[in-house]
Amino acid sequence: MDGLLLNGVIYLAAAVIAVPIAKRLGLGSVLGYLIAGIVIGPWGLKLIVDVEAILHFSEFGVVLLLFVIGLELNPRRLWQMRWPIIGLGGGQVIGTTVLLGTVGILIGWPWQVALAAGLGLSLSSTAIALQPLTERNLLTTPGGRSAFSILLFQDIAVIPMLALLPLLAVAPAVTGQSEGWIGAAKAVAAIGIIIFGGRFLTRPLFRIVADTGLREVFTAVALLLVFGIALLMQLAGLSMALGAFLAGVLLAESEYRHELETDIEPFKGLLLGLFFTAVGMSVDFGLLLSHPVKVLAMVLGLIAVKAVVLLAIARIARLQWSQTWLFVFLLAQGGEFAFVLFGSAASFGIMDADTVALLTVVVALSMATAPLLVVLNDKLIEPRFVRGDDRPHDVPEDEGNPVIVAGFGRFGQIVVRLLYANRIGVTVLDHDSEIIDTLRRFDFKVFYGDATRLDLLEAAGAAKAKVLVVAVDSQEASLQLVDLAQKHFPQLKIVARARDLPHAMELLNRKVPVIERETFRSALWLGEETLKALGQTAYAARQKTLTFKQHNEALLQQLHAHWGDDIDKRITLQRQARARLQQNLEADEKAQESARGLGWD
Amino acid sequence: MTAAMETEKPKILVLFAHPYPHLSRVNRAMADAVRDLPHVTFHDLYETYPDFFIHVKHEQGLLLDHDVVVMQHPFYWYSCPSLLKEWMDAVLEYGWAYGTGGEALQGKELAQAVSTGGPDEAYRAEGYNGITMAELLRPFERSAALCGMTYREPFLLQGARLKKPDEVSAHAAAYRQWLIDYPHPKNCIGCEAPAVPASDRVG
Repeated sequence: MDGLLLNGVIYLAAAVIAVPIAKRLGLGSVLGYLIAGIVIGPWGLKLIVDVEAILHFSEFGVVLLLFVIGLELNPRRLWQMRWPIIGLGGGQVIGTTVLLGTVGILIGWPWQVALAAGLGLSLSSTAIALQPLTERNLLTTPGGRSAFSILLFQDIAVIPMLALLPLLAVAPAVTGQSEGWIGAAKAVAAIGIIIFGGRFLTRPLFRIVADTGLREVFTAVALLLVFGIALLMQLAGLSMALGAFLAGVLLAESEYRHELETDIEPFKGLLLGLFFTAVGMSVDFGLLLSHPVKVLAMVLGLIAVKAVVLLAIARIARLQWSQTWLFVFLLAQGGEFAFVLFGSAASFGIMDADTVALLTVVVALSMATAPLLVVLNDKLIEPRFVRGDDRPHDVPEDEGNPVIVAGFGRFGQIVVRLLYANRIGVTVLDHDSEIIDTLRRFDFKVFYGDATRLDLLEAAGAAKAKVLVVAVDSQEASLQLVDLAQKHFPQLKIVARARDLPHAMELLNRKVPVIERETFRSALWLGEETLKALGQTAYAARQKTLTFKQHNEALLQQLHAHWGDDIDKRITLQRQARARLQQNLEADEKAQESARGLGWD
Repeated sequence: MTAAMETEKPKILVLFAHPYPHLSRVNRAMADAVRDLPHVTFHDLYETYPDFFIHVKHEQGLLLDHDVVVMQHPFYWYSCPSLLKEWMDAVLEYGWAYGTGGEALQGKELAQAVSTGGPDEAYRAEGYNGITMAELLRPFERSAALCGMTYREPFLLQGARLKKPDEVSAHAAAYRQWLIDYPHPKNCIGCEAPAVPASDRVG
């Protein structure tokens, strides 16, 4: 008991100290956990020794992660992804296995060992790769989707790989064959149970539990479900994470989805953290110290080979360069299933203990480098692509259009459609090539390019145009564009979208004649609808809304005059303005009321 | 008057124009009194077009569906509230309501239900306005004539702001009855004037 308590304190303390520091340093949470693990592990402060047990236990973090991801993918969307999963995933696993296996044979391993090693090393760590993707909300980008497809394929591929191992044994046992059949039958049965249960049993169960109104029982049922599935999968010799993912997908359309997600989330986070910590602890620095060159060469070789395959896949999948590198770095490491696969290979006598130990440390080290590579990508590589990507920008044709619109996202599109509808010639610039390709299919003529480049603006006819609509997402780009236009094309009337108050202030500083805060009017309109929903007449609600708008716009000018002042002064200003608005609205109401008595009825 | 109006109740479109009906006594009571009449379509203009942007085709459709148009409004600055004027400017289009081919409203009727703040004594030659209601309402009468509509005697309440509550409710009830009893004996105003010559209708 004491030991458990002590271990708990050690883990939590390590995480609480290391993760915020790592985050502050821009290293990401995964690296923080890994470092915490290295520090408290057998090669650090030796606070924790039984790494194996912890690693095993914390695999539930990965299980819960896959469950939550499954919850966000309903069967229909999963079905839509079938080709990326098979194509990209199959390409990655087969390509990597072949390349690594060849390397293995070249360094003199028997082909069985080379194949088993290649299979195990082709896998990537789902947890390590998905954590940054979910943290940054990148799962819906093409790069994120491709990475996810590959990870999912790998999770599925573990099953046939484990089934293949007995066949690679140098002296296959006679019973191997029949055990294989029994294994297959078990696997089919387990998946059948999950699909049947997920479809027909869980919803009534959740309904009953939810009706009791006991929140913790609901949480208990959710955890029981996931752990039960994990157990079932383990009994059948399958990936626990895959089973949990399947269950998540089946529950993605149930009405309890959001409750399940919020209930599981904290457990997922903690256990996943524990998992990363355990990976950090399991790095065998002894082996690294005794054979530093060999181990490091193998880690680099592994990452290089996997990166080459991933790079090729990214090119085939036509990912943008800006997304390609993150995709490559996230998947170029080894994965936790490699440990399982190598353990199994050892038990069948395919690999000897030394090889397994060596490969394990290589995989663990590569897993530790993945977050480092992500940081490297963030700091060095990605900044080069943020402004657009490898696509050469178009040379806009100068059609003598009176209007240039920079930025064709949700905002710019509405502006442009209004102008198009009135047959006003518009030259549109945007630097998101995905948006452009989509919109071109809708017959919008959009030029690809960075609107903050002088040559591009010139080519777009900025010298002769009348109006420049600045509707870009990035505030920085917006201000740059305004500066550029004011300096080189003084005749252009600038109308600008402001993302928020500070941005509006910057635009006011530049004396941009028309500034529209992007959410202001729609929020006003919704407020007006609320007044109406409360029973006010449409005209009175409109008048009140417009009064508010008038005041707010005046306040914006005042705030601008005091923008450099300290926050307290601005707060006082706001407070005064609010009181004044209140008085005015009340006075308006009084005036209308007295009109009843004094004027006409 | 159309044949249909002789046999059954004419379909009446009430164009109600009051920017702040919740602050009004007379016009709100009148509106509440007639809203439920089956042969009446009660159309609250300020509620429908708070931003003064009028759906012209929709309004023209409403006019075609009715035999009689009653404009109900307070008398603002010797005329109607501005949205009703905007309605006239936008809906009574050249080529539709008047001018070449503008015959959509031929034979329909227009009447007004107006409340004035000042007492009826004020609206006389010797009163402080020095002019009668009939004269002040002539722009509406002439508009009706230009559209080929018959303009009926208005339903008036003068000195509205001084009326006591029971007088207000009596007026509202009378308004309801006035709409129920429609059509009224011939009381065409301005019909004695010569018809608008074709050359002017063509514009």
